[in-house]
Amino acid sequence: METVLERSEKTEQKFGVVDCDVHPAFSSPTEILNYLPERWKAHVRDYAMRTPNPFLGAMIYPRMTPGNGMRRDSWPPNGGPPASDLDFLRKQLLEECGIDYGILQPLAAGSTALNLDLGAAMCAAINDWQIDKFAGPEPRLKASICIPQEDAKESVAEIDRRVTDRRFVQIAMPPRMMEPAGRKRYWPIYEAAEHYGLPIGLHTGAFGYRPNTSSGWASFYLEEHFAASNSLQTVMSSMILEGVFEQFPKLRIVLVEGGFSWLPSLFWRMDREWKRMKSEVPQCKRPPSEYAKESFWYTTQPIEEPENNRHLLDILRWIGTDKLMFSTDYPHWDFDDPRYAFKVPLTPAERQAIFHDNAVKLFGLK
Amino acid sequence: MSAVEKQAPRGRAPSKHVVARTDEIADGAAKLVHVEGRAIAVYNVKGEFFAIANRCPHEGADLCKGKIVALFEADAPGVVRISRHGELVRCPWHGWEFDIRTGKSWCDPARTRVKSYDVEVQKGGSLVEGPYKAEVFKVSVDDSYVVLEL
Amino acid sequence: MNLMPKRPEAASSISTAGAIDCDIHTPLPRRADLLPYLDEYWSEIVTSREVDVLELMTAPERTRPYMRPDWKPDGDPLAAMQKNLLDPLQLRHGILNVVTGAQALYDPYLAAAICRATNDWIVEKWLDRDERLRASLLVPFQNVPAAVEEIERRAGDKRFVQILTLAGTELPLGRMVYWPIYEAAEKHGFQIGMHTGSNFRNAPSHSGYHSYLIEDHISMTQGFSTQVASLIAEGVFTRHPNLKVVAIESGVTWVPPLMWRMSKDWRGTRIETPWVKDSPGDIIRRHVRMTSQPLDLPDDPADAQAALSHLLSDEMVLFSTDYPHWHFEGFDALPDGLPDEMLEKILRTNVFATYPRLGG
Repeated sequence: METVLERSEKTEQKFGVVDCDVHPAFSSPTEILNYLPERWKAHVRDYAMRTPNPFLGAMIYPRMTPGNGMRRDSWPPNGGPPASDLDFLRKQLLEECGIDYGILQPLAAGSTALNLDLGAAMCAAINDWQIDKFAGPEPRLKASICIPQEDAKESVAEIDRRVTDRRFVQIAMPPRMMEPAGRKRYWPIYEAAEHYGLPIGLHTGAFGYRPNTSSGWASFYLEEHFAASNSLQTVMSSMILEGVFEQFPKLRIVLVEGGFSWLPSLFWRMDREWKRMKSEVPQCKRPPSEYAKESFWYTTQPIEEPENNRHLLDILRWIGTDKLMFSTDYPHWDFDDPRYAFKVPLTPAERQAIFHDNAVKLFGLK
Repeated sequence: MSAVEKQAPRGRAPSKHVVARTDEIADGAAKLVHVEGRAIAVYNVKGEFFAIANRCPHEGADLCKGKIVALFEADAPGVVRISRHGELVRCPWHGWEFDIRTGKSWCDPARTRVKSYDVEVQKGGSLVEGPYKAEVFKVSVDDSYVVLEL
Repeated sequence: MNLMPKRPEAASSISTAGAIDCDIHTPLPRRADLLPYLDEYWSEIVTSREVDVLELMTAPERTRPYMRPDWKPDGDPLAAMQKNLLDPLQLRHGILNVVTGAQALYDPYLAAAICRATNDWIVEKWLDRDERLRASLLVPFQNVPAAVEEIERRAGDKRFVQILTLAGTELPLGRMVYWPIYEAAEKHGFQIGMHTGSNFRNAPSHSGYHSYLIEDHISMTQGFSTQVASLIAEGVFTRHPNLKVVAIESGVTWVPPLMWRMSKDWRGTRIETPWVKDSPGDIIRRHVRMTSQPLDLPDDPADAQAALSHLLSDEMVLFSTDYPHWHFEGFDALPDGLPDEMLEKILRTNVFATYPRLGG
């Protein structure tokens, strides 16, 4: 059957959308330096911002569009890279897509800095910058507290400093950490997050300390793109099996930009293995999927598109539509438009939950 | 969202519309035109003109803002041959390739395409006297025009 | 899977008579088992240098999940296998996967010697003693010329039906350094059997090593999916249209999400790998097979069938018990409620279609 689309088929939204994944950008590479103390400004000038990426300032898996993977039509007319111009972002994202709130995911270089002290300073700078440039002037945009997660003590200090500023609605941690997410070295961060009632959002990352497959490094972006979501699987299984949620039962985790179709299979697998191996992990007292269903949320982009669209309805049924939160990933090339991304019929209640209510409730947006 | 092929209303004769002067669209460029409420991308491919629906069937991006490219194919890893220069457009969002001549998606020609429209080039002299609707232009005898058929 | 305890002698509700079990494990051969097949040089090496028990950390046969209590072999392990599995299930064939640590040795010559000796041991101690048995061929991926040599050497023995590798290897399986192995395999009709497990050349996760064995198990699906992606993206299936890769002991339901995700990405990234000419979902349906044990499925039979239907193919699943690993009780090796036509395919048709060397 031919798919020939001519006229727009907008699905009318009666409520605004919450976009749980917006990537703000620097207007120039030096913009963020102005937010660093002199000592670190000089350091970056002299020694660069070094991360576990073979290249300084380039992607090892080149993206498919200029700007390292931006929508071709997202370059602001006044200049600067995509998502660096607040006015254009308001127009092209918030207004055009009917967005009530956008949650900023800065993908902070500070979180993956090899020099941990620099990383802490950079995270603080990015947190200041988010407020100054975006979440301050634009109340629809909400910020994430970026933390240097390999230094748990500094991370908790940064969270303590920001938590009273209600324009921050979550903590941002990269999932490709130096150790699996459930390990005890990260527990002080979870303690702080639970204590303050802040969700932690883990956004898939483009590089990290270890190879992107368990057989070494992939060659192509075609392989790497989906493999990034494997890091979110590790976050889930590690946190659950190490007993993080027994210790911090009110902790809430958001897995960002990994899609979600792989979740049911992972639930079944974790539960099956746990049934026969639970004596290895006594700190995980219940079937793993129970913890997952209580404590994890997921953003929808990049939404999977099964050949038979209706298979997605099975996935939604198995995950539950109360845990999914819509996201666009603006301004990246694999952007999901809220009007057209879901190619399966949703009931009005499901649509309202996924596009609006789940995120409003989780992030305390009203 | 289901995709439905839109036909001209029954009993409606095909209509022709002047949509651009030929010198408005450079070789390798595209122009967005609106004809009877439809957004259409008109391309100049080495002096030949083609028109396809502007809206990408995937998630609605503007194909007139896409990158116009050649066809890259390979029968074996690492051995790429290039053909059909300037005859494909890649959607500005997810990069799906569409054949500008036919509107078919390169990856899924059987099931995914944008509607493609017949276009021809006509001299102003023949248009001034003809029955064609000029959407945008006061037609001048000396220029050449791209005429699109709905 | 239903893990309600059952009396071991109760028959399964599914008749497996004439089926082929695509994943059976022998006890791993130790030095004493391999010495008869090693020359004087290698005998000295393994003896003085204590190369004896080669058991993978990710698939440790001595641990609880790997040994169902009522399947512990006393005495002759072949007799136990016949008594516990081959006879009661009335199997037509069983494919032995000897997932030895030979795959993890660093010394490429030692690896080649151990693989050769292990294959000799498989022939003499197993294949020659029960004509139902078939096997995967051990080849040293860390020594590609020796691997090709071993494939050529065994090509005439049709009881070897596939080349064995792991979900976690030194380089992604699609890499061009391994292409001579696939060329030799396709030439002689061997398929590629990719078994759960890792040689730990690389950490199992993006964040390094896990604390627990259960995590290693759970994360194996990440390995399977990235190996399949590598074989597709590097063009191995473009070069070798007859080659199939069998994901052994993988869980199965990781496959549809991979199909969906890769097919979608491919439409926008096609120019990066233009030798990937078809949608990855279609390539996977043509070239990837999965053994049936264990199955990551929900308890509800209707949901389980829905999950399997997402494959959009009934040709992909191959019957296995994963004997003697502890996945099920009694003989309930397949979930209830599968339609008969599907059962027939899983138990027999798909297996013969996958392995040309089985000669079905």
